[in-house]
Amino acid sequence: MSATEESPMNGAPVIDFDKFKPTRSFIAARKRKDAAMRMLISLAFIVALVPLISVLWTTIANGVKRLNLNFLSYNMTGVVGGNPTPSGGYGGVQHAIIGTLEITLGAMVISIPIGLMCAVYLVEYSNRGKLSRAITLLVDVMSGIPSIVAGLFAFSMFTILLGPGTINGFEGSVALSLLMLPTVVKSSEEMLKIVPNDLREASYALGVTKQRTITKIVLRTALPGIVSGCILAIARVIGETAPLLMTAGYIASTNVNLFSGQMTTLPVYVYQEYSKLNANCPVGADASCVTTIPMERAWAAALVLIVLVLILNLIGRLVAKLFAVKTER
Amino acid sequence: MGQRIDVNHLNIYYGNFLAVEDVNLNIEANKVTAFIGPSGCGKSTVLRTLDRMHEIIPGAHCEGEVLLEGKNLYAKDVDPVAVRRDVGMVFQRPNPFPTMSIRENVLAGVKLNNRKIAKSDADDLVEWALRGANLWNEVKDRLDNPGVGLSGGQQQRLCIARAVAVHPQVLLMDEPCSALDPISTLAVEDLINELKNDYTIVIVTHNMQQAARIADYTGFFNLKAVGQPGHLEYFTDTTTMFNNPQNEEAERYVSGRFG
Amino acid sequence: MSSQDNTAERHGSGKTADKVFKGVAYGCGILILVVLAAVALFLLFRAWPLIGGDQKANSATISSFTGGKATNFWQYVGPLLFGTVLVSALALLISFFVSVGIALFISHYAPKKLATVLSYVVDLLAAIPSVIYGLWGGLVLVPAIYPFWNWLSKTFGWIPIFAGPAANPSRTVATVSVVLAVMILPIITSMSRDIFLQTPRLQEEAALALGATRWEMVKLAVLPFGKSGVVSASMLGLGRALGETMAVLMILSPGLNYSFKLLQASQNQTIAANIAAQYPEANSLGVSALIGTGLVLFLITFVVNFTARKITEKASA
Repeated sequence: MSATEESPMNGAPVIDFDKFKPTRSFIAARKRKDAAMRMLISLAFIVALVPLISVLWTTIANGVKRLNLNFLSYNMTGVVGGNPTPSGGYGGVQHAIIGTLEITLGAMVISIPIGLMCAVYLVEYSNRGKLSRAITLLVDVMSGIPSIVAGLFAFSMFTILLGPGTINGFEGSVALSLLMLPTVVKSSEEMLKIVPNDLREASYALGVTKQRTITKIVLRTALPGIVSGCILAIARVIGETAPLLMTAGYIASTNVNLFSGQMTTLPVYVYQEYSKLNANCPVGADASCVTTIPMERAWAAALVLIVLVLILNLIGRLVAKLFAVKTER
Repeated sequence: MGQRIDVNHLNIYYGNFLAVEDVNLNIEANKVTAFIGPSGCGKSTVLRTLDRMHEIIPGAHCEGEVLLEGKNLYAKDVDPVAVRRDVGMVFQRPNPFPTMSIRENVLAGVKLNNRKIAKSDADDLVEWALRGANLWNEVKDRLDNPGVGLSGGQQQRLCIARAVAVHPQVLLMDEPCSALDPISTLAVEDLINELKNDYTIVIVTHNMQQAARIADYTGFFNLKAVGQPGHLEYFTDTTTMFNNPQNEEAERYVSGRFG
Repeated sequence: MSSQDNTAERHGSGKTADKVFKGVAYGCGILILVVLAAVALFLLFRAWPLIGGDQKANSATISSFTGGKATNFWQYVGPLLFGTVLVSALALLISFFVSVGIALFISHYAPKKLATVLSYVVDLLAAIPSVIYGLWGGLVLVPAIYPFWNWLSKTFGWIPIFAGPAANPSRTVATVSVVLAVMILPIITSMSRDIFLQTPRLQEEAALALGATRWEMVKLAVLPFGKSGVVSASMLGLGRALGETMAVLMILSPGLNYSFKLLQASQNQTIAANIAAQYPEANSLGVSALIGTGLVLFLITFVVNFTARKITEKASA
């Protein structure tokens, strides 16, 4: 330790380290820059909050005006101009809620089994081969398909296969399932991937077949995550409008048959009411005739839609959290 | 109860890479056989070929024979899934199924194979397996609690119970104590000593004292250099291995001079 | 011994189930490829009259759509494509810096609790349906933002893109871009945040240990690490903006020009909104023309998304 004579630093140049010390003003400048960037970045976050709060606030404030039991339990038949209907309301969204639920259910029935099995293929069977890489890439690309193109696809397919002018709820389901599929595949894939390999091995070592290992151990362990992912995927497509405009159409009355006839959904209802601008009131009509009723209905339906979407999001997140299987490692 | 295993000219590959070369080995029934050796020499790989578990890794395959009581496990008409029911396995880290209770974990092997089982039979099997794994007294009052709620050592014994509940002839253990504290390790070692009355046991261990304590026979695996295939260097009874090994490499290894 | 034969026999059904299950999984994997091909094929098939059909009828249809401005498909789709790209690019421009800023705020500035809350807020933004953004944009933002556009055109009117007079109501490309920017913000933010959070801790600490300020640390370690991720996130955001229908349909007053006059109404239209707007009144041939434009949109978003994914793939490999 004390062998100073052999130190390689013998004969090394002498350094005046004070020369390299940053000047006071330089340090101050750096600090100012740091503070400025901190400000800018924090500002970015406030900028993002403004539209969110504005959207939520205006929807709630305008929506509650017409949102009542009557609005939820009647459809738009018998609504003339801005006049109230015999029931005392101004029309409602009952048919749109039914349509939304049925069409979304149809999309679920199509896309969840396919998406889940596709994820099973990718994680459990593919061995990261060429096919699986192609599928992964295309699933990613598919998640970027514009919703209107999905609508055009379903429309083209049904008109080509079933003849022109085919419009029904199921056609909308097909369009939505195309949008839902990539989300289901992606989220299920993630969930299957985080199931520890130990569990698969433990099951195989007990002499359990691969199929039963996957269904009873892997899928069971990943179930809360998969359910949560599917609910979030539903929340995403339940608000889709454009593809349903051309596939499911729009009617004023309630249609419960998914496979025949036009079907109204909530988002399409919002859009249709918005495009009506104003309702006509006959000259000399009393105060019960409201000219701005279409906009008010649009807001109220938007509020119903937003509540629906937020509840789905909340449930999705809660499922993931509450039922999470502890694979502590 | 236990069955013997004979390994003849076994070469194990990962893809094109020869991982373990020309293993010849006779494992006696109802004895504890330990595999020791430096990291990466292929002892776990060899162990996993004894119940065809290595095939799960894509590209892994092997040549040669593994005879369970004279019957080749790698014969064409043998279903690997069936092999694993005759040769059970316990892993390095305890891995009870997180979605199942203690009871369900023990019954997993039977139930996952879609066997209907009467409740009284199930109760008996659970008690039998848990007693066999020395765990019954600790958990008999909370069989419906999740298996992952147990301590590490208890979890490992639960995994042993789960393995014996399928009623195998052979139990393979891949460093079963390496994730456990000393007291749990002792409990598992005691258990191994009892289990050998009913099963043939093959254990991979990094801990030479453990091999010396519990094994009747010990195989020493080695590899010439990194990237070279591993091989079985020396196989003998445990007393000879640790007191008077007739192999230079093995002697250096057990006396702690390398590895 | 005999037990082996036994088990093999009694689990014969397990083997069949194994094979069936594997087959179904494979089938579903391949189905993804089939579906994507089907999308392209059905659209192409339905748009075919446009290419293979009677060209006179085609040009009559298209000129009825455009009021005589265009007589063939490419003249028709050109301005639409221009409008689509213009609106999306503007939205990306507005959204990019804010998104990256928020992502940095969440990943490296905010205290942990606030960061969690913020992540929820961003997810919430992503969850709001586009029709509601359209409604909000059309009824709230359009009147609210007019004074700002007016001021902008008066002060910076000498720059061609801000040339006045600012339209009132401001159903303009500028307003639409702002709404689209809000809509793609959560996509870019959440992806960038995930990338930033993956910055190797050691690199960050190395920078801080050298006496770097937080911003210098971000510049030295975080941004270089996250660069490709942010680029790919932006591409995905762009892809989303390109295909957005409802917000554009409900806000923009359409036109078919190659125009950069962002603050004036009736200048541009996007492909997606045009399809939704023209679709209800179109005849069979008109629908073919619209589907043709849809095909163009599909190809563009496909390329944009494909590129984005390739970038991430390369970065993660």
